[in-house]
Amino acid sequence: MISLAGRDIMHGWGRFLLTGVGLGLLIGVTLSMAGIYRGMVEDADVLLKNSGADLWVVQQGTLGPYAEPSSIYEDTYQGISGMQGVAKAANITYLTMQVRDNIREMRVMVVGVVPGGPGEPGQPDYLVAGRHITASHYEAVADIKAGFGLGDIITIRRNRFRIVGLSRRMVSSGGDPMVFIPLKDAQEAQFLKDNDALLQQRRRTTDNPLFNRPGVPGLLDAIIASQTTNMYVNAVLVQLKPGYRPEVVAKTIQRWKQLQVYTQPQMRSILVDKLIATSAKQIGMFLVILSIVSAAIVAFIIYTMTMAKIREIAVLKLIGTKNRVIASMIVQQALGLGAIGFVVGKIIATLWAPYFPRYVLLEPGDAIKGFIAVMVISVLASTLAIAAALRIDPAEAIGG
Amino acid sequence: MTKGIVIEGLKKRYGTGDTLVDALKGVDMQVAPGEVVGLIGPSGSGKSTLLKCLGAVIEPSSGRMRLGNEIIYDDQWKIPDLRALRRDKIGFVFQAPYLIPFLDVIDNVALLPMLAGERNSIARKRAVELLEALDVGHRSKAMPSQLSGGEQQRVAIARALVNRPPVILADEPTAPLDSERALAVIGILNEMARQYETAIIIVTHDEKIIPTFKRIYHIRDGRTHEEVGEGKSSGELIKIDKR
Repeated sequence: MISLAGRDIMHGWGRFLLTGVGLGLLIGVTLSMAGIYRGMVEDADVLLKNSGADLWVVQQGTLGPYAEPSSIYEDTYQGISGMQGVAKAANITYLTMQVRDNIREMRVMVVGVVPGGPGEPGQPDYLVAGRHITASHYEAVADIKAGFGLGDIITIRRNRFRIVGLSRRMVSSGGDPMVFIPLKDAQEAQFLKDNDALLQQRRRTTDNPLFNRPGVPGLLDAIIASQTTNMYVNAVLVQLKPGYRPEVVAKTIQRWKQLQVYTQPQMRSILVDKLIATSAKQIGMFLVILSIVSAAIVAFIIYTMTMAKIREIAVLKLIGTKNRVIASMIVQQALGLGAIGFVVGKIIATLWAPYFPRYVLLEPGDAIKGFIAVMVISVLASTLAIAAALRIDPAEAIGG
Repeated sequence: MTKGIVIEGLKKRYGTGDTLVDALKGVDMQVAPGEVVGLIGPSGSGKSTLLKCLGAVIEPSSGRMRLGNEIIYDDQWKIPDLRALRRDKIGFVFQAPYLIPFLDVIDNVALLPMLAGERNSIARKRAVELLEALDVGHRSKAMPSQLSGGEQQRVAIARALVNRPPVILADEPTAPLDSERALAVIGILNEMARQYETAIIIVTHDEKIIPTFKRIYHIRDGRTHEEVGEGKSSGELIKIDKR
């Protein structure tokens, strides 16, 4: 038996292909949406992996440092370093802000790290060009996604930094590229006031009789100094010695230091289940809507194609074609349309993925699931046309 | 008569109560194998209803129909699979050829035997033989849209004949054709009827072809009247029809 669907498709292949391409654009958007979600989860995983930490020590009662503000004393790390099972502990600060070079401005996540090499907590694991930060001030390592080059000078608040290294896939959970600078500079950037504000604060402090006591020399200077110095960091990243269980060490730090400690799975849960949960739901809604729209489009196209063949279907039924053959023809056409749409969609999604501002991860598993979904949607969408075709009276071929 | 079609007292009633219409009030008809008869009548006389009943597309209300030696209807269908009956025992030729536009000529004809479960190669071989007999063998690879009206109608005749049905029902098969082509089509149907021993019933209004029938059934108010047609002019026959 010849394939009626195949012959019909080949007969009007141009129209069929164009329709498939149109559907493919929609499927491409759907696959990209799924890819964006996967990219967000992947970004979160990479953020955790690249931080090089086994534990995150943050302010008590907070979800910091990525999800909530967290502030702990900068010398906290010293006490943690000496605890059992801790190999390394390092301060870190995160702040999202605008940085600019001579040409443009860019939104980045500035990460304050203790200068050092790869393997240090908080340091980018590897660089694609240049070197890690070695100076205590005014050097920076930027993610290539920020668009800066080696040797470029960028301005963060009032200070200028030279890019000495370039990293890859170091982005925040919001997708902003990271720029690593020395911790002290980051602390300053975090709390730096403008000159007028500083003068006003000093005047207020000087005018306060509690701080400016004639009988206590040096008190005013000490208070002013404390006001212009930032002694806080957002978190302490901890690397453990081999053989120590993160949960056990976390519990010890928590008990003795009165701080919140998160293990990698807990921090991942915060990033994925809390931080990007709303975005994930948003994308999920889009996927549902796009699936419904795709189904509606396939149903409409197949229905229109079927209704354009009322006379032919009536003739086919009159000359003894079984309903099963007619239904199969319609289903095959719907599947053909879905298959063309999927192939076009996959190609388009792959081609335009690098141009998205956020990382788009197109996983083969998602593609397989997407293909199955498209096929199921195509079959479901063809039921309307099948029902209409089966209602066609063979007597219509005779007329009268 | 061992083949052909015999219809006795066929009635068809539509609707109920006030909307009740007796479209056929007892049709008697008999067409022998190899015979071509005309079925003429004014609009609303019941031609189409009769054709649909004969074609097993609608169910008559009562009566009896026999195809060859097989009773297919006796106050109810005696054949469980009407679809198979239409496919294997009845050929259809329509006013317009209604070829399947996405199949080439050969597959338009070969489709029926394929639907009956015949192997593609055998179905195509039979199609080619018929197309050649109908003088359109050279267009077997063409698509229907590439054929002239006359060629399309020949292909439609080939499709009707390909399963060697004992009866062919033709509904205004020459309506879209000029005189020359119309007579050619009737000539072909006569030739095919003789060659394949097929009973052919042609519903027509076409004055050009009416005189070519040896026998004509007039249908009026749901009843048929037989008339010997050969030798009478179309005007005379139509006059009879309007009586």
